[in-house]
Amino acid sequence: MPAQVITITSGKGGVGKTTAVANIAVALASGKSKVVCIDGDIGLRNLDVILGLENRIVYDIVDVIEGRCRLKQAMIRDKKLPDLYLIPAAQTRDKSAVSASDMTRLVRDLRADYDFVLIDSPAGIERGFRNAIAAADRVLVITNPEVSAVRDADRVIGILESEEKGPASLILNRLNPALVKSKDMLSPEDVLDLLAIELIGIVPEDENVIIASNRGAPVAYDMKNRAGQAFRNIAKRLKGENVPFLDLDAQGSLWERIQRLAGRK
Amino acid sequence: MSFFERLLGKKKSADSAKERLQLVLIHDRTDLTPAELDSLRDDLIATISRHVAIDAQAVQIDVEHDGRSQRLIADIPLKAARRKSRKTR
Repeated sequence: MPAQVITITSGKGGVGKTTAVANIAVALASGKSKVVCIDGDIGLRNLDVILGLENRIVYDIVDVIEGRCRLKQAMIRDKKLPDLYLIPAAQTRDKSAVSASDMTRLVRDLRADYDFVLIDSPAGIERGFRNAIAAADRVLVITNPEVSAVRDADRVIGILESEEKGPASLILNRLNPALVKSKDMLSPEDVLDLLAIELIGIVPEDENVIIASNRGAPVAYDMKNRAGQAFRNIAKRLKGENVPFLDLDAQGSLWERIQRLAGRK
Repeated sequence: MSFFERLLGKKKSADSAKERLQLVLIHDRTDLTPAELDSLRDDLIATISRHVAIDAQAVQIDVEHDGRSQRLIADIPLKAARRKSRKTR
């Protein structure tokens, strides 16, 4: 079966696009899928460090496009997962080095041999974003439960619809269940109500995500971690499996658990 | 909500966030600026007036939102018809 090409984008920067791409890629490749991820953020390369592959880069995406190397030479194989590859962004060039048709051509050459091509989009709605969505079969919009991130996500969803790249699916990242409970954070229902798109995953806020990126080993490797579990569930849903959403209330504080045991909640 | 917050009528921040976003998103999703809407209104009045008599003052044109889709709603009252047919009879 030819690859599914999935772009992850957000509008606003810093909501977790690169982290999500790395984790979903790790989860898919751990589950026997052949995965290539492409860092679409030319000039602000980052997916390599999140995946812990920064020391292995020789060629990058612009070298492929400009014919300085073959596609295979720019594909870095992951240290742990033999079915996971990264095509890094160029660090010393800008977005004008790549066009939408370059991306489409590159992806076309990958389709036959892999199950998933994941494209990490840059923030914003300019050229880099347009390039990143050009080749996509499906787009995942990632946001945080905050006013600025939700607003920007809405803008991106609107553009995706007018470019006929919709319907997009939503990843709600960095949800803090305690804050939602005390009504100091937008709930998943609130965000879905506002954005009116389909949900594909809710990822709880978790300090282990930062620790994992410090180490260059995405949290999806950690079978006990809930954020990792949330990303693994997204990967399963991308493969068409029907996985229920995590019950984020289940963890709670010790006091909340005691209250629940006592039947007070 | 604590007793004092209820007493002061202070809203929880998630509710403020949602309400503010609802308004902002409606505005963001509207492709027509008020000026464009006005000029569309003038054009519509001019075009329709060539065919039927309308009450230009009472014409209402608005963009209505339903989730992600928008529609243009025009309410254009016709002037009372001059019943030509009866007079000729």
